[in-house]
Amino acid sequence: MISTNQHMVSSYTNSFIGMDEAITLKKLIANQSIRIENLDVFIEDQHILKNVNLTIPEKSITCIIGPSGCGKSTFLKTLNRMHDESPEVKISGKVFVDDENIYGPHVNVIDTRKKMGLLAQRPCPLPMSIFDNVAYGPRIHGIKKRKAINQTVIQYLQYVGLWDEVRDRVRKSATRLSIGQQQRLCLARGLAIEPEYILGDEATSALDPLSTKKIEALFVKLKEKYTIILVTHTLRQAKRIADHIIFMYLGKIIEAGPTEEFFNNPKKQLTRDYLSGSFS
Amino acid sequence: MRRLRAAKDKAARYLMLGIGIFTILLLLVIGLSLFFKALPIMREKNLWVLLSSADWKPFKGDFGFLPFILSTFYVSLIAIIIALPFSILTSIYLNSYASKNVRRFFEPVIDLLSGIPPVIYGVWGTLTIVPLIANKIAPRFVEFSSGYTILAGGVVLAVMIIPLLISIMVEVFRSIPKEMTDASLSMGATKWQTVKKVILRKSISGIIAATVLALSRAFGETMAVLMVCGNTAKIPHSIFDAGYPLPALIANNYGEMLSMPSYESALMLSAFLLFIIVVLFNGLSRFTLNQIERRYQF
Repeated sequence: MISTNQHMVSSYTNSFIGMDEAITLKKLIANQSIRIENLDVFIEDQHILKNVNLTIPEKSITCIIGPSGCGKSTFLKTLNRMHDESPEVKISGKVFVDDENIYGPHVNVIDTRKKMGLLAQRPCPLPMSIFDNVAYGPRIHGIKKRKAINQTVIQYLQYVGLWDEVRDRVRKSATRLSIGQQQRLCLARGLAIEPEYILGDEATSALDPLSTKKIEALFVKLKEKYTIILVTHTLRQAKRIADHIIFMYLGKIIEAGPTEEFFNNPKKQLTRDYLSGSFS
Repeated sequence: MRRLRAAKDKAARYLMLGIGIFTILLLLVIGLSLFFKALPIMREKNLWVLLSSADWKPFKGDFGFLPFILSTFYVSLIAIIIALPFSILTSIYLNSYASKNVRRFFEPVIDLLSGIPPVIYGVWGTLTIVPLIANKIAPRFVEFSSGYTILAGGVVLAVMIIPLLISIMVEVFRSIPKEMTDASLSMGATKWQTVKKVILRKSISGIIAATVLALSRAFGETMAVLMVCGNTAKIPHSIFDAGYPLPALIANNYGEMLSMPSYESALMLSAFLLFIIVVLFNGLSRFTLNQIERRYQF
């Protein structure tokens, strides 16, 4: 409990200091990553994830690939406990985030979610202005000082390259932005809660090629400070930006490894078939 | 053959257009016929005097509508003030917190409530609400109250419009995309924060629309209100005074006024007033909704 409090305090001091100092601070706090042991997920009577064991390397991009319905998105949701919202989902096993089992008895789900910035499949701005969208995270976590919030909002809008595009209309509704801009806004909004991890659930599948490129470039830039886990349905995207690949099929992890090795020298027949396009 | 099909197509189209126009005309016809029936009394007396006078002595020829207009507004206002928080909180609970089983139990029951005939609510109001006000609530504030009051009318009316409000609002909240609430929750917002900052904000125009619908219903509700309101043609000075809303006036006196032409015309005027109130109110709220949506295009 003490350590999470410390974490909250220090991550919010980030708002008052520059981005670079923030990075070093974050490095001191977060040298841990995600470790999953014997994870099983059932939705009603269906066994969706089957005995998943996995370690996700920190400060890099891990892409989860596999045919639709293989459990990629379900897996992602177990990491920020979004399954809590659906009572029909049953989860067993352990997910260690920073050496703490987030399914343990004394874990506060809010602290867990605050560590995970989520980027959904379709950008979904909240029903408020551009500014308030980014300020949403800091505000719900109790930041009241206007100056600190202003600074955070500008900092992250700049970071995702949106500030120059929206600076004269930050007080206007976010829904009037283009869909690519909306997705960058959602990324800024996620970053503003000062997470340690970024989860992307097919975050570029609704975007045009140019916006996709911008988001991918941001992911590559972000991996210096964050551990990034992306579900993707395009192999080419995984090839372009991933450092590690996890291949899932029917709820099981078939193969996992560094990108180059995975694509050039897959070990399992199933992986070879998938990569050659025998099924998708 | 082909020509026949085309002709049928055309015929169907114009038939439906005709029926549509007829429905709209009906509104106009009702409004106009009320207006013409009310015309004699408006010729006889100054309209402003009719609307602003509190003297209601039909047999002396005094027709002041102010007590009825005020009662209508007061009763409806109290009803909506009581009903809104109830229904907003209930629908939020059903939408965001309740389990599937709870919802499966609640929703049919609420639909059932809105199907109960008004006269039953009236009887219930007479048996419970009126004595409650007369014996328990009113003595704390005023010296004497019979219980047949504006407040009783408001409470009974509130109970009647709550199911309507809930069933509309549940639909309004349900129409909010799950991605949106998920976006808020995934940032570590609590459910309550999500409700306050996202759900309510997103559904503000829906809530207003539901309120308008409920108020329109409240303005026109006759039987239940008539049974508990006291029906005294005086301006109510507090919620513990008796009131006499327009629909109750019409229902109570229609039939016995046939011998007096000006009385009949006066009652027609009260019906016309009610009609105008509801139409104006709907138009006004539509305008406000447009303004709100234009200003906060979220």
